[in-house]
Amino acid sequence: MLVLALDTSTPAVTAGVVELGPDGAETRAERVTVDARAHGELLTPHLLEAVGAAGIALNDLAAVVCGSGPGPFTGLRAGLATAASLGQVLDVPVYPVCGLDAIAAEASVQAKLLVVTDARRREVYWAVYDADGTRLHGPAVDRPDEIDLTGVEYVAGHGVQVYPDAFELTAVEPWYPSPRGLVLAAADELRSGADPAPLTARYLRRPDAQEPGRPKRVLV
Amino acid sequence: MAKIIMGIETSCDETGVGLVRLHDDGTVELIADEVASSVEQHARFGGVVPEIASRAHLEAMAPTVRRAFDAAGLTLKDVDAVAVTAGPGLAGALLVGVAAAKAYAAALGVPLYGVNHLAGHVAVDTLEHGPLPTPCLALLVSGGHTQLLRVDDIAGKITELGSTVDDAAGEAYDKVARLLGLPYPGGPPIDKAAAGGDPEAIAFPRGMTGPRDAKYDFSFSGLKTAVARWVEAAERRGDEIPVADVCASFQEAVADVLTAKAVAAAAETGIDTLVISGGVAANSRLAGLARERCSAAGVRLRIPRPRLCTDNGAMIAALGAHVVAAGVPQSSLDFSAAPGLPVSTVTV
Repeated sequence: MLVLALDTSTPAVTAGVVELGPDGAETRAERVTVDARAHGELLTPHLLEAVGAAGIALNDLAAVVCGSGPGPFTGLRAGLATAASLGQVLDVPVYPVCGLDAIAAEASVQAKLLVVTDARRREVYWAVYDADGTRLHGPAVDRPDEIDLTGVEYVAGHGVQVYPDAFELTAVEPWYPSPRGLVLAAADELRSGADPAPLTARYLRRPDAQEPGRPKRVLV
Repeated sequence: MAKIIMGIETSCDETGVGLVRLHDDGTVELIADEVASSVEQHARFGGVVPEIASRAHLEAMAPTVRRAFDAAGLTLKDVDAVAVTAGPGLAGALLVGVAAAKAYAAALGVPLYGVNHLAGHVAVDTLEHGPLPTPCLALLVSGGHTQLLRVDDIAGKITELGSTVDDAAGEAYDKVARLLGLPYPGGPPIDKAAAGGDPEAIAFPRGMTGPRDAKYDFSFSGLKTAVARWVEAAERRGDEIPVADVCASFQEAVADVLTAKAVAAAAETGIDTLVISGGVAANSRLAGLARERCSAAGVRLRIPRPRLCTDNGAMIAALGAHVVAAGVPQSSLDFSAAPGLPVSTVTV
């Protein structure tokens, strides 16, 4: 089955066409630009280019997979809004996947793995996976020094590039969720044709908003 | 062949999806207008919280689109063009609509037009009162905008004659409501309270009306402070606050300045049609005083019904239809949301 994979949960604007078979997934075409300020601009052009480069039409797609975060809010929403609209027009299911899972799915280590991406404000979005890729902890958002790294040997994700001294672990690729990783992270649901989970963003933080106090006095 | 235009609006706290039919003769007919508002989530903060608005847009977008098509008895496949608010507005909020609109247009294989929210407030009047005579003047008054415009071509040539130098008129309503203990948004409760008050009870200042002030600019920050000072002084004296009189006098000051400047612009330019739109256009005193003064000055006044004055998708669909009819080139799919888009840029 041909699956369109989208992700905007990191500075990478990612779109790709992946063919998912019974035993694996193969990237047919992808377009990726690393620019944290271009998610709203580039995602749709990228996905059209990827579909064109794969030699298919949008109507050939059987499903859409979209990274649902965690990630910086504004960029994250660009991907989810795009995926939801495509799914509505093409009448195909849209599967949300945790972007950290997509990174873990492509990190070829057979040991306990930490995945971190930049959450700004000196924090990272993170999750920990065991040797067979099962998520043990997270996703969560914390300062790097607050994460329990017991037994963890490797770290993947671009958080390690943003905080190079924060983790005494062996850094491995990928830095960003790839189309293939996104599809692998949703492979079971895609293959079984399960009903997709609601396409909601994993923000992990509440909006910054403060209730106002009494109006300021204006007379001295 | 008539064309179906979908309009998407997410510049502030309303997720709007509108559908219009552009007929061969250039007339534009409203066929669906669905809005999901997050206003209740902002009420306790006394104003729109951008992140809350953006989250609400993402959740509301697809369901609001579905409701619009259900209401119209159409499907997405019937759409011939998509128009979306490119700006001005809240950056994160705009981005949700822009991203969705790009995907709708790309998946449908139809042209996309990124359009100006302010021009949409003017264009929406054609849904109610038919083609706009041009040139015409437009007074846009809402929680985020207060502008006096000259419209030579709704699809391409709009000039700002003046705008607020500080608070928008609707913002002044919200702030005054808050200091009087009235709910948010402040427009409707102040309008209601003012009905039982004396508009001449308190002589609140008329901002930007001195001989050296810019003729068509507005200022409401000083008015808001004047109301605060008056109320605070009354509290200090231990007087009971005459809420109805304060509301009526405040509202009179706002309506007086807005209509005086708009009618003066009509006299000076010789333009005989004035459109008033935006959320504050629903205010009873603004509409009433505008009718009085326009009638005395021989100016034709057009005010869309309140539902069309507030933010909605129909206004963007209507503007999109005029842009399509005028043969304006479509937007590139890589355009950016433009929070500070000037009104002179009707399409991006």
